[in-house]
Parts: sequence; structure tokens; C-alpha cells
Amino acid sequence: MNKGQEELLVLLQKTQNELGYLSEESMAELAKSLDLSISDVYGVATFYSFLSAKPLGRNIIRICKSIPCYLKNCQIIINTVEKEIGIKPGETTPDGKFSFQLTNCIGACDKAPAMMINNDVYDNLTPSKISKILKAYK
Amino acid sequence: MPQKLIALKNCGFINPKDITTYLDRDGFKALKKVFNGLTCEQVIEEIKASGLRGRGGAGFPCGLKWALASKAQGNEKYVICNADEGEVGTFKDRYILEGDPFTLIEAMAIAGYAIGAKKGYIYLRAEYHHHLDLLENAISQAKERGFLPHFDIEIREGAGAYVCGEESALMESIEGKRGEVRYRPPFPPSRGLRAKPTIINNVETLMNIPQIILNGAHWFNQLGTEKSKGTKVFSVSGDVKNPGVYELELGSRLKELVEDLALAEKVKMVQVGGATGRIIPYEMINTPLAFESILGAGAIIVFDETRDIIDIVHRTMEFLAEECCGKCAPGREGTEAMVEILGKFSRGEGLNEDIRVLQKLASTMMLSSLCGLGQAAPIPVIDSLQYFRSAYENRIQKN
Repeated sequence: MNKGQEELLVLLQKTQNELGYLSEESMAELAKSLDLSISDVYGVATFYSFLSAKPLGRNIIRICKSIPCYLKNCQIIINTVEKEIGIKPGETTPDGKFSFQLTNCIGACDKAPAMMINNDVYDNLTPSKISKILKAYK
Repeated sequence: MPQKLIALKNCGFINPKDITTYLDRDGFKALKKVFNGLTCEQVIEEIKASGLRGRGGAGFPCGLKWALASKAQGNEKYVICNADEGEVGTFKDRYILEGDPFTLIEAMAIAGYAIGAKKGYIYLRAEYHHHLDLLENAISQAKERGFLPHFDIEIREGAGAYVCGEESALMESIEGKRGEVRYRPPFPPSRGLRAKPTIINNVETLMNIPQIILNGAHWFNQLGTEKSKGTKVFSVSGDVKNPGVYELELGSRLKELVEDLALAEKVKMVQVGGATGRIIPYEMINTPLAFESILGAGAIIVFDETRDIIDIVHRTMEFLAEECCGKCAPGREGTEAMVEILGKFSRGEGLNEDIRVLQKLASTMMLSSLCGLGQAAPIPVIDSLQYFRSAYENRIQKN
């Protein structure tokens, strides 16, 4: 196995954190420095849901849509966030403040419905909590 | 039956940021006992005799796994703790990590000693990044106190992939690759991480180790059933008044957990084991929770009488199709085909023929998928067809 391979995922995670996404240039540079092909790097970059090859907003909202959150009516939370920030899941606000995604189980089922913003978890959500939570992000 | 706390013994009783509170509750005594005079073989024999089986869902005998890795030839060996708890409805490992990281570290050090490994990894799911500092702090406190003289523990973070909780995909991910499952054999104890002998244990499995070493295998194997020794930690969610984490002796009835402890009412069905778990209708609520009946990783999702079985199974299959790694055709195409057919029933457009196709597809996937995801994906479909067949028949297109 190529020695650089093992560093790849860790470095992609680092780039993702610093740059907010994995640009074509950053992936090409990583490929060169680790002696991997660009397609190897792209393959790993696009496998994981917390890595993105497209530019994202400064803050990423991930609302859990798995069954336990679905049972606790996560759809209302999804609708409320849509209304608050004016975009649908999969989109980024024009000012680059938020990207909005739906995600699978984040392990907060005992406090459903739940969502993550960046690395923070918010649980026992109700529509009235949303606007206050979002205001804390710039 | 009241709860019986082994894996959760310290959760809520210690300060997870302060090792002295752990030491006050017999912390690191098992490791000292091991260092002060147990051979690797004796440690492994004790774990074998305890009957401890893997708590991640597969239920493989822990002692046997360790014995295989211990005997395997290799100058480098690894211990991996699987903290990539991605199963839908599972949050017990989160509860353990945030409540008692020290027991996990002690157990990994014991495992390292037993198989002759100097290096351990905790593979932590990306969604639990908020516990990274707590874990790193616990590791450094254990190091400072001299409890990890010949064993190093490193945390590797996942990047959002359900399938990486599958052990071979997990190792691929630590190796920096796409989290695609491997063909097996060879199995990890002979050829695992970086092609070296490796044991991969679930968080909860490891939590049992120190107490087995301290109290002896006999103390542990008196609990549980013939084939399922000890206790199990359950994550209960869905239509219940008291969702949360409960630890019960194995063999306890589903009813005790769901109705007596979590206070569910008007239960229609319970899914046991997450997205690929069995669907148990209320008539079978007295089923014992054990490896020989129903268990998985202990995810318990409760559905009351207002819930629609087809909607639930359809959504579950959408999840599995999304999270399938795509390497084998039965997993990749099978889950997609099931989403399509279940969607037809969900919209009331099913055909008689579709039920037959679902059944045939289910057996093909179970036989020929490369890993547990594809093999077990049809389980909820099969159960729903068996116990709630009329729900399908009512959704067959009327013309």
C-alpha cells in the first residue's frame, strides 16, 4: 500500500475544516504530495458525507431524518429551518452563511428530533427553538 | 426485572473528566491485576470462560477473537475499538463514552496485553466529534498516571459513513481509503488493519472486560441465558414516554424493557436491532432479548398503533440504499430495487407480483451480499410481509 494513502483521509478532513470544502486545487495538491492519483483522492473525498467537493456555507445544518426523529416529527423542524433561512435541503444561502442538509441517524434518538450545526448537537427541538439557535451563528 | 449495571456501572457515578473519581470505584484495578501476574493466556481464558459475546450486533465470542489474534504470527498487532455507532436508533455507545471513557481505556489496555498489541485505535464517528476532547483527556490522564506504559491509544475520526461501523470497512477507513467492505476470509484476527493481526471490539463489549477480570468469569456467566451471558445495554426510542439507555440481564423480555421501563403504550410493533433489525409485532412482546432470539446492537425503536408499517419499512430501505457502500451488486442494486417496490406499495400502486419479487430478491440478497448490510437489509421487509401482510395487500393497485 502506498504510504501516503493512510494520511489521505486525515488530511482531507483537515482541509475540509480549514477551507470549508475540498477544492479541485486542494485535491490535486494532496494527490501530488501523497503520490496518489487524483481519482484516488476524489474517490475518497466523495465517499464520506462529512466531506464535500462543492463549496459549502460557513455553517452546516444537518437535520436528522432517520426513523426515531421521523417519529418525533422532524418534518416540522425541517419546514421551520427552510422558512427561517429561505433554502431547501441540499442548498446554501446566497450570503454563504448556511448550508442545509438532511442526514442519517446522529445518535440522539433519545432526545429526538435532533440536528447538528457544525459539530454542535441540538436536541428535543421544537419550531420555537429554531430561530434562537440559528441566531447564534454568523 | 430491575436494571443490572455492568457496562454502565460508572456512568453517572464518576466525573468523566477526572480519573481520580474512576480510581475511587476500582478503576484500573483489573489492569493492575493483569500486570501483576496474569499471563496473556490466562486473560484470554478468563474472557473465553465468561462467555462474553460481541455487543455490536454480530455476537462473535470475544475470547475466541482474542485467542485467534494472540496466536496469529506478526510483529505488529492492533486493538481497535469500534465507536462508529451509526445504527439507526442506537446511542448507547455515546452514553458510555460521555459517561465513562476510562473503563474503555482500561479494557483496551488489557486487550493489548492479551493479544500482544502495542497500539490501539478508537474509531470515533464524525457525529460524536463533540466527545473527542473528553476522550483525549481521558487517554492523557491514564498515560500520566502510568497506566499505559506499553500501549498507545490513538483516536481516528470517521467522516460520515454508516457502513464504516462494519469492521472491514472501518479498517479501510483507518487506512485512508473509501470505506468499502473487504472480502473475507481472511478475517481481521489473522489479517486486519495494514494486513496485521487485529481485534475489533465494540465499545460496550470492552466495557465488560475489567469487571470480568476482577470478579472472574464465573461471576459473569451466571448472568444471562445459556448462549447469551451477561447484560446488554439497550437504546430505546420512538413512541415511548421514557426514551433512553437501559442495561438489562440478557434473556429479559422485550415487554419489560418497552412497557415497564420505557413506558410505551398502545404498541403496534417494535424494531429490534436498528435499520436491519427484526420487526416484532405486539403479539410477540414477550420475546426474550438474547442472541438466540432477537438482539442486534440493542437498538429498540417502538411504534404505536398510529404508525404505518409500509411507510416505516420504505423509509428504512431508503436509508440502507443511501448508506450501502456500493461494492457488491446485491447490496447496491438490491436495496435500490426494494426502495422502488416499497415505494409503489407506499403510494398504493403495488402489484400482486411485487410481493413475490420482494421475497425472491430478499433471499438473493441474504445469500449473496458481501457484508452484513446487504445480507440483513431484507430482514424488516420479510418480517413485515410475515406479520403485517394485509398492509401490503391493502395497497395493491385496484384495477
